[in-house]
Amino acid sequence: MINTKDKSFRIGAGITGFMLLVILLGLLWTPYDPNAMHAAEKMASPSLRHLFGTDNFGRDIFSRVVQGSGATFLIALCSVGLGLLFGLLIGGLTGYYGGWVDEVLMRLNDSITAFPSLLLALVLIAVFHSGKYNIILALGIIFIPSFARIVRMEVAKQRTLDYVQNARLMGVKDMRILFVHIMPNILPVLLSAVAIGFNNAVLAEASMSYLGLGVQPPDPSLGRMLSEAQSYLLRAPWYALSVGGAIVLLVLGFGLLSEGLGGESHA
Amino acid sequence: MHYVLKKTGVLLATLLLVSLFAFLAFEIIPGDPTTMLLGSDYTPERAEALRQSLGLDRNVFLRFFDWLCAFLRGDMGTSYSYAMPVREVLRGKIAVTAVLSLMSWVLVVSVSVPLGIALVRYQNKAFGRICNPLNQVIMAIPTFFLGILLTYLFGLVLKLFTPGRFIPFRESVSGCLRYLLFPALAISLPKIAKTARLLRASILGEMKQDYVLTAYSHGNSRWLVIRNHVVRNALLPVVTYLAMSLADIVASSIIVEQVFVVPGLGRLLVASISNRDYPVALSIVVMIASVVVVMNYLADILTQAIDPRVRLS
Repeated sequence: MINTKDKSFRIGAGITGFMLLVILLGLLWTPYDPNAMHAAEKMASPSLRHLFGTDNFGRDIFSRVVQGSGATFLIALCSVGLGLLFGLLIGGLTGYYGGWVDEVLMRLNDSITAFPSLLLALVLIAVFHSGKYNIILALGIIFIPSFARIVRMEVAKQRTLDYVQNARLMGVKDMRILFVHIMPNILPVLLSAVAIGFNNAVLAEASMSYLGLGVQPPDPSLGRMLSEAQSYLLRAPWYALSVGGAIVLLVLGFGLLSEGLGGESHA
Repeated sequence: MHYVLKKTGVLLATLLLVSLFAFLAFEIIPGDPTTMLLGSDYTPERAEALRQSLGLDRNVFLRFFDWLCAFLRGDMGTSYSYAMPVREVLRGKIAVTAVLSLMSWVLVVSVSVPLGIALVRYQNKAFGRICNPLNQVIMAIPTFFLGILLTYLFGLVLKLFTPGRFIPFRESVSGCLRYLLFPALAISLPKIAKTARLLRASILGEMKQDYVLTAYSHGNSRWLVIRNHVVRNALLPVVTYLAMSLADIVASSIIVEQVFVVPGLGRLLVASISNRDYPVALSIVVMIASVVVVMNYLADILTQAIDPRVRLS
């Protein structure tokens, strides 16, 4: 089902793979300690010693960007996981059984997905307060409706097919049909939804942390670093550029990947 | 007409639900507002008295109803951190956000439609080859990073505006609009890229229809076929998208106002959430949400007005 020759897919996979590699490597080794300050090298411009230069405390920006990308990716991973888990459960059950619960939930779903996710995230953060775990919770909740809708649609399509009827006649239990027989068949659609989920999660995390309502110091995050970098835009433009570049690469990679997997991008 | 009535009913129900949800969300926030209002004067008796005077001891739905009636009359409560009516706090900010959003929307509409058509016309020329990948990249730049890039380029390098020094309407209308042009660009550039791509895809899809072949057989060139026959049909989905994107633009202005230090609703919303000034936050959320709902409603009505197929189905 996955067309690996697709140009968007290839470029997207390349960018995402590269970023994941850098993040994984960053877990084991970074050129400098991301938090070590060097008073003698404040605001140094990019050089061989410091690939992306140093910030206002003389910290190595490259190491910090690698660490921040890892943190942002981890938050995206957790929140997409949360959204996917509940989306699969809700979408799977309503799509398989239908009925008035399905009707009500989908109406509710439509009205939620019509909203800009930033506004929803702001309301949820007002309720939960900011912080690393709360932003994961808030984004996870926001992702549930879109995953549930996709899963529901696909399950409802599969339900009428012969193989499901056959399984049912042979006495296979409903839950087993749903999660063992149907789920593997909706995987390709799901993968594309997960890729666009990551795209949205990275964007949302970075936006919320940029606004000061997401990850709080001392936890690292690309969004928070970007808002710091903005204050030094005149003296150290490379700071904002390298942090923003990392965000763009993550977003672009997942966006292209999703497009290549056959989904529509709606970031 | 039946369709419009039905949609209006749904609109009113949605508006009610949305404000109820927002109200409840700010209601379940942990912590008691009396603790914050009383500060160091806190005693259990005073808290109880204040709770009664604020009506906090009553049923939540009754309070929602009271709040809604007051909100519709324009009484939005008292801000915790400014100690004045929310209405006073919001004064002037709504206009700033409205002007910024409208400006961005006008930019999107006026640039994306010609650009989308040009992308098809010059598809295989250098223009198309450069613009298509460029579009993809611009779409991936988050609005706040784009805002920072524009600040650097136009504000610090070219010195076309002073970042952070917003010029109010009262001082100079043209100065204000000039300052707002840059945040408007940050909001509209990704939208322009997206809309142009959508129009391009729509035109290319439309080119496969039979009537296009007929038009060719009359001796029209490719450009004439596109201009006289295809564009009109291909614009349908784009018009709906453009109408709906005004709501999206209002939402992105929340973050762009932060980048360019524009004193609008968005900046106030972020500040009020950080300061836990919930009456202000609730009023702004309900206002923005209502704009979104109404815009989507208008987009629906517009689509059925220009496309009879929607009316029939």
